[in-house]
Amino acid sequence: MSAALASAPSAWRRATRSPGLVVGLAVVVAVVALALAAPWIAPYDPNEQDVLSPLAPPSAAHWFGTDFFGRDVLSRVIWGARISLSVGFLATAAGVVAGTVIGIVAGYCGGWTDRLITAATDVLLSFPQLIMGLLLVAVLGPSIGNLILAIAVTAVPAFIRIARGSTLAMRQRDFVDACRALGFSDLRIMFGHLLPNIMDEVVVLASLWLATAIRTESTLAFIGLGVPPPTATWGGIVREGFDNLLDAPWLSIFPSLAILAVMIGLNLIGDGLRDATDPRGAP
Amino acid sequence: MIQFILKRLLLAVPTLVAVLTVVFVLVRVVPGDPTIVILGDQASEAARADLRARLGLDRPILVQYLAFMGEVATGDIGRSLTTNRPVLEDVAHVLPYTIELTLAALVIGVGIGVPLGVVAARRRDGLADWLARIVSLAGVSFPAFVSGILLLIVFAVELRWFPVISTPRTGSLLDRLGALVLPALNLGLLMVAYVTRVTRSGMLKALSEDYVRTARAKGMPGRIVVWRHALRNVLVPVVTVVGLYLGVLIGNAVLTEIVFNRPGLGKLIVTALTQRDYSLLQGLMVVSAFAIVIANVLTDITYGFVDPRVSAS
Amino acid sequence: MSEAATNGAATNGAAPAPARAGATRVPGADLLRVEGLTTQIRIGATWFDAVREVSFAVQGGETLALVGESGCGKSLTALSIMGLLAPRVGRVAAGRITVDGVDMTAASERQREAMRGDRLAMIFQEPMTSLNPVLTVGFQIGEALTRHRGLSRRAARARAIALLDRVRVPSAAARIDAYPHQFSGGMRQRVMIAMALACGPRVLVADEPTTALDVTIQAQVLALLADIQRREGLAVLLITHNLGVVASVADRVLVMYGGDVVESAPVRAFFARPTHPYAEGLLRAMPRVDRVQELAAIPGQVPTLGEMPDGCRFQSRCPLRVERCRERPPLAALPGRPDHAVRCWVRAA
Repeated sequence: MSAALASAPSAWRRATRSPGLVVGLAVVVAVVALALAAPWIAPYDPNEQDVLSPLAPPSAAHWFGTDFFGRDVLSRVIWGARISLSVGFLATAAGVVAGTVIGIVAGYCGGWTDRLITAATDVLLSFPQLIMGLLLVAVLGPSIGNLILAIAVTAVPAFIRIARGSTLAMRQRDFVDACRALGFSDLRIMFGHLLPNIMDEVVVLASLWLATAIRTESTLAFIGLGVPPPTATWGGIVREGFDNLLDAPWLSIFPSLAILAVMIGLNLIGDGLRDATDPRGAP
Repeated sequence: MIQFILKRLLLAVPTLVAVLTVVFVLVRVVPGDPTIVILGDQASEAARADLRARLGLDRPILVQYLAFMGEVATGDIGRSLTTNRPVLEDVAHVLPYTIELTLAALVIGVGIGVPLGVVAARRRDGLADWLARIVSLAGVSFPAFVSGILLLIVFAVELRWFPVISTPRTGSLLDRLGALVLPALNLGLLMVAYVTRVTRSGMLKALSEDYVRTARAKGMPGRIVVWRHALRNVLVPVVTVVGLYLGVLIGNAVLTEIVFNRPGLGKLIVTALTQRDYSLLQGLMVVSAFAIVIANVLTDITYGFVDPRVSAS
Repeated sequence: MSEAATNGAATNGAAPAPARAGATRVPGADLLRVEGLTTQIRIGATWFDAVREVSFAVQGGETLALVGESGCGKSLTALSIMGLLAPRVGRVAAGRITVDGVDMTAASERQREAMRGDRLAMIFQEPMTSLNPVLTVGFQIGEALTRHRGLSRRAARARAIALLDRVRVPSAAARIDAYPHQFSGGMRQRVMIAMALACGPRVLVADEPTTALDVTIQAQVLALLADIQRREGLAVLLITHNLGVVASVADRVLVMYGGDVVESAPVRAFFARPTHPYAEGLLRAMPRVDRVQELAAIPGQVPTLGEMPDGCRFQSRCPLRVERCRERPPLAALPGRPDHAVRCWVRAA
């Protein structure tokens, strides 16, 4: 990410000047820091039950209140950040890598390879992303690994499309021919020369997709297809709160706000990066 | 126009076949034995073999595929494993609720999004522009279940303006409308973000076009130039975005139906998932596939009305 | 630099020329009068003079050609007259524009709207993009009539058919409900002309009306414009960079460079004796069939607005440059030729 941006110093300067991007970065960095520091800063064990005070409203002892089993919501939200963020991050990373590689191959090889991949991508893209995720998790069964796999698969077509498009545009330029004339292998041209040139666009899309992936994870958890209980995840806590909405609205409000903060942060980053890398400027 | 519509419908057939194939592949070829998923790993081999035969999973994969496509072509999308009712019957029962919700959301999304985008483009950095930016950011950031729950807490739990459970009662029209308001707002306001974004940027582009200058050279006042000359052109990208948004809309409708406890396709999908009713699930996926293809055809037809260049070519 | 002196000289130098034989006139009436027009455009936070103290007048039946390279300020002059400068990037900083007796610079936006498309009309360069792709040509032609004349849609449509017929679009009645993309480039420009003529304007501003067209179509459209002008006694301000077009239709020529009018002359005098070094260069760069000569390009490029030299703006490219060119020369009449004025220390003044 930094390598791609470093290659365009003016883009980096534009990016840091945009207030939205700076705010977004601050929010996301803060949440990531909280997640990493969970063992030290969480006031309670997230799974420690206190049967004497279930569904307690926010108080000095429990800032975010307690849930049905008397577990501290603040601690669960902090620990839940780890699952939500890492599933989102790993799924996006896997989707980006697979999609970009396939996309570059399609764009570079052309012909039947390209036509087949493009047709498959179009069909997959026409399917609602959330429904696809639902279906995959339902078929695979809920576990962290399957969750990451399912969300990654839904991300792949978008990255195939963008990598293919950028590769096609790059191929028109002379340097690909020059590389061929120099006797470079196809693999080296694709991943040594084409890849770095299309990284900007991939990074922008990836930052926006990170938000989508985290949203998908929390949505699946909310529906009941996430990491199985008692593990704390944001979507799961919202679900538990939703089941007690009339008695304990805070239970769903706090994890909802956590999800929202990360969503807004990542979208601000994505928009900021897009404006910074797009020389035509902000829309 | 009729010819144009027929052509679009014909072109949709290969897409439909492709999408149906994806559904088939996902449900059958993905790793993991569905009988274990359905019956649990304690089930006897005999019970699993019986289920496999009932699902037709003991036949060769190609035969299964052709049988599946043949059944879909004749309008048979299977029976529920749990209730043994035809899936189509269940779908027909809840479809009106989902259509009602989605249409209401479309009206809200376009009805608020387009004017907001236009006003934001006319007065850049003005009040409406800032509002548009905030709405855009919120719309792409809110997961539908989070916004739904917050709406529910504020307007149903705290203010008590609307019922907590939005099951459309068979009661008066007013009751049914009241039950529709919050879910439709939830679905519609999320859509406003996308429509506002594309309207704003489309309007900014349109206002710099030569034909806008021509209209002004004819003495047309700004309001007519914007709403008659520029907006008609902006509607083309708006229709595109609304068409692309239908996928997100379907996903959000599922969540909205869960949060507001409304009957609908979304609730049915969740039922299928929680009861591990694979036949129901597959049938619902087929229905979704048809819905998406029909939505795409409708989008194309709308293009024909909005942009004279499309229907003529 | 003496503003008053140069301004006065400019006005005198660009005084109306005697009528060309055969042209019909509304006697003595300047339908379009531009006095000391200065138009600024904004680049970053700075406003630059892109049109400096331009003055001229056009009578009924007369065609004044405004020529120069792109960026010389001729289109900005046209947009200033129309009141169509983009508000955030362009503004009329000084001067007065009078159209058919109405002071446009003093008018409110509402009054300007009432003038535009009624007594003052404009046709644009690109007939492809200047027509609205999603509205029928009939509607676009008739729209000005419903606006300025209060015609019903139906009456406006009937008038639009007559107008299309008048600009010689074949089977006008059948094509009135067609969309712009169903017309060829030349036909679209005829539609543009019909649209401009809808309310019977007194002044027509034509910004490169034939540049985007094929050469044979160009001639047809120019002939059509000339014919309409003769019959209606229109005052035409023709903006072009094509000296061939100027030679065939204009009565008088105004050459612009870097926002300044550098030469103003009757069309014959201009082609017989171009006097400003830039005008000379322009003519020498034009291929001609009647004379064998070397085509000479003017050396260098037009400086950007930020780099415009003080004084004579052509000095950086001028072969005749002298020390005095650091001062801005006035637009001064040539000795014995009151209608031929040049802004040059060496050739005039």
